[in-house]
Amino acid sequence: MAEYAIELAGINKSFGPVKANRDINLQIKQGTIHGIIGENGAGKSTLMSILYGFYQADSGEISIDGKNTKINSSNDAIALGIGMVHQHFMLVENFTVLENIILGAEDSQLLSGSISKARSELVRLEKEYELNVDPDAIIEELPVGIQQRVEILKALYRGAEILILDEPTGVLTPSEADHLFRILEQLKEQGKTIVLITHKLREIMAVTDEVSVMRQGTIVATRKTDKTSVEELAELMVGRRVLLRVEKGDPNPGEIKLAVQNLTVRDSRGIDMVKNVSLDVRAGEIVGIAGVAGNGQSQLIEAITGIRPAKEGRVLLDGEPIDVTGQADPAMLRKRGLAHVPEDRHHMGLVLAFEEAENSILGYHDDPSYLSGPMLNIEAIRNDARDKIEKYDIRPANCRLKTANFSGGNQQKIVLAREMETDPSVLIVGQPTRGVDVGAIEFIHKRIIEMRDAGKAVLLVSVELDEIRSLADRIIVMFDGKVVGECGPEATEGELGLLMAGVTNDKIEAAE
Amino acid sequence: MAQPYSQLPRWVDYGLIPLINLTVAFLVAGLVVLAVGENPLRAAVLMVEGAFGSGDGIGYTLYYATNFIFTGLAVAVAFHCGLFNIGGEGQAYIGGLGVAVGCLAFDSVFPWWINLPIATLCAAAFGGLWALIPALLQAKRGSHVVITTIMFNFIAASLMVYLLVDVLKPVGQMAVETRPFAEGASLPRLDWMIEAFGFTIRRAPLNITFLLALITSFLVWILIWRTRLGYEIRTMGHSPKAAQYAGINTTKIIVITMMISGGLAGMMALNPVMGAQERLQLDFVTGAGFVGIAVALMGRSHPAGIIPAAILFGMLYQGGAEMSFEMPAITRDMIVIIQGLVILFAGALEHMFRPYISLFFGRIADSSLKAAPATTGEGH
Repeated sequence: MAEYAIELAGINKSFGPVKANRDINLQIKQGTIHGIIGENGAGKSTLMSILYGFYQADSGEISIDGKNTKINSSNDAIALGIGMVHQHFMLVENFTVLENIILGAEDSQLLSGSISKARSELVRLEKEYELNVDPDAIIEELPVGIQQRVEILKALYRGAEILILDEPTGVLTPSEADHLFRILEQLKEQGKTIVLITHKLREIMAVTDEVSVMRQGTIVATRKTDKTSVEELAELMVGRRVLLRVEKGDPNPGEIKLAVQNLTVRDSRGIDMVKNVSLDVRAGEIVGIAGVAGNGQSQLIEAITGIRPAKEGRVLLDGEPIDVTGQADPAMLRKRGLAHVPEDRHHMGLVLAFEEAENSILGYHDDPSYLSGPMLNIEAIRNDARDKIEKYDIRPANCRLKTANFSGGNQQKIVLAREMETDPSVLIVGQPTRGVDVGAIEFIHKRIIEMRDAGKAVLLVSVELDEIRSLADRIIVMFDGKVVGECGPEATEGELGLLMAGVTNDKIEAAE
Repeated sequence: MAQPYSQLPRWVDYGLIPLINLTVAFLVAGLVVLAVGENPLRAAVLMVEGAFGSGDGIGYTLYYATNFIFTGLAVAVAFHCGLFNIGGEGQAYIGGLGVAVGCLAFDSVFPWWINLPIATLCAAAFGGLWALIPALLQAKRGSHVVITTIMFNFIAASLMVYLLVDVLKPVGQMAVETRPFAEGASLPRLDWMIEAFGFTIRRAPLNITFLLALITSFLVWILIWRTRLGYEIRTMGHSPKAAQYAGINTTKIIVITMMISGGLAGMMALNPVMGAQERLQLDFVTGAGFVGIAVALMGRSHPAGIIPAAILFGMLYQGGAEMSFEMPAITRDMIVIIQGLVILFAGALEHMFRPYISLFFGRIADSSLKAAPATTGEGH
């Protein structure tokens, strides 16, 4: 067996004029966990897609287990013993675990033979790696953590010796993530090589043996994990020193600005996604809503901001009721001082095909200062956009540039500038730093705290627990559409993790 | 995820790529001409000469182009809202009814310069109203406009046959058409425009609606890029979710856009009905509604692109007719094939050469882009 499971030499890949990977050299030792970390757009996923045969490199060489190879498709990659667990699972939801495992690896036209073979193989794998899954369970009835285990078993069933995991913890609760890391350790002990792609520094420190940092398409450094620090990695990722702790003073809560009372929201499938939720946000405080993605946070925000009608319940803005079950509409709420930074920046918060200046008025385009009669006052709009570009340090500083050409962090700044500069009384922020580079995160966090200190009521929704804990003055945890608990920012990750998994204080007490 | 191919220079995007597509279309068309035993080069010369070689040729080319500008603008406005209005044919046909109603009522009352605005309003109103029901069905019930507008084309055709045969045709007349309009509904010709270039014009019905089409193009540009309504239309077209977030009344925008689109298609009827035939006849639209789709695609839904694209198709109509006259092997159906090839390459296969061209320009721009951050390659 060669010393390195994977060796990449001089890999280049461009998409049109954009160079996604530049002269990548990477060696990954057999039987280790190797982390690849970098900001969004640094080229991590492109590199792994080259390794898994989705893309072909423009130039460069790939050696697997010491042998120089060409990987032209994912079938080639599987044949070479490479398995990939995607960020978004590639499972057929209404199939059983066993059916998903043999999918694409059936031996003959009739399934019975391969199913019984897979069943005995699966039992062996489960025993060997302590990956307990019921082979006959239907995928959609399983929690995401278990679904991910099925993905791992799928790769192992195909004889994977090298396992690539792309942002595996994005959808997991902290305890599920810990469990995943234990499984990865187990796999490592059995001699598998694991490549972990993530943008979370904490995870890198927790499980990897070595870590490579990517920036702007190149690998800028490779370090032994026990010889580096979170600060050094962050600096390597961004290219300058980064403040990881958010500095903020004590909150100074005033009167209630936003009151949500017994709100229930039904989605288009007819399922109640928000169940009887009540909460208050006061002037001068940040209330964070924590929870694993898909537990009703999105629907809650959409109902409060008038995008989706609620089934029942009441919302008071500045003490005045909003007709959330009927006629509330975002334009009217905006005029009443409710600003909203939506979680889906690409489809909701921005029109990517628009010029920057055009996006800087989205939702405020009927403001008289941007209009002259039925016409847009282009000059006023562009001047206003230039002011915001300067104030929020949006780069490149060109208000005529198409929004799609800005980086994630700068796109988010366009949205923030638009929503914050209107001097709202309530600010609702969804996933403010999703897909945003570390450098911009610092800026965004600072601006949110400034809004709080200026006496605004801020409601923050984020699936990043670290973000909630460092920004929020009060934390509300949502699980399955309900508020399952409230705690202060001093709550430990463990406590929050239990709440996020739906284990409420009562249940803990009952268990004790 | 950023689009990998979005950073081409404008002249490449709007000039070079359409030109390459067009060249390929004509090369393939040349092969078709070769296959029926004619000389493609001579065919090309005949076509260009037929379209631009004489005063009448130019007159007819621009006359056809006028139709296509209106229908092209109609399709383009709907495109900007993310709607595919393929009912231009029917909306133009019903627009003709509006022109006829206006002209028959006032042709012996007012002079042409009062009748033209009246007829324009009637044409736009009739065309717009014809688009109203598909628009409401789309906005309120989610019935796809592609399906409903094409069905309304058939309804329009049948309705017009009934009206012309049973209502509008003067008693005792054989031809299925209204009575000829009186002097007051006769539009000025643009013969002076052609003559200014040293050509003479005899038959070609090029008239003042060509100038109206140019003015309308400018107004559509203003509407789409300079008004609040246009901003809302474009937001809706690019991202319905963003429109909802911005508090734009999406139902209202869909209905208004479709009515503007239908109105523009309806205005096409001014040219043949009032400007040329001076009476309402059966089937005067002759496919202009569908050609409008190709014109809008080729012109990138921008008036500055739609006008040259419309002239190109006017040339294909006029030059093609001349060519089939000179070359008996090339029938009218062959001309339709050539037009189809242009639509195929300029519209449907618009992206065929794009990746290669952007790769080429990517290599050129490579060195200058080194400083720029890589924005592609993450699957978020």
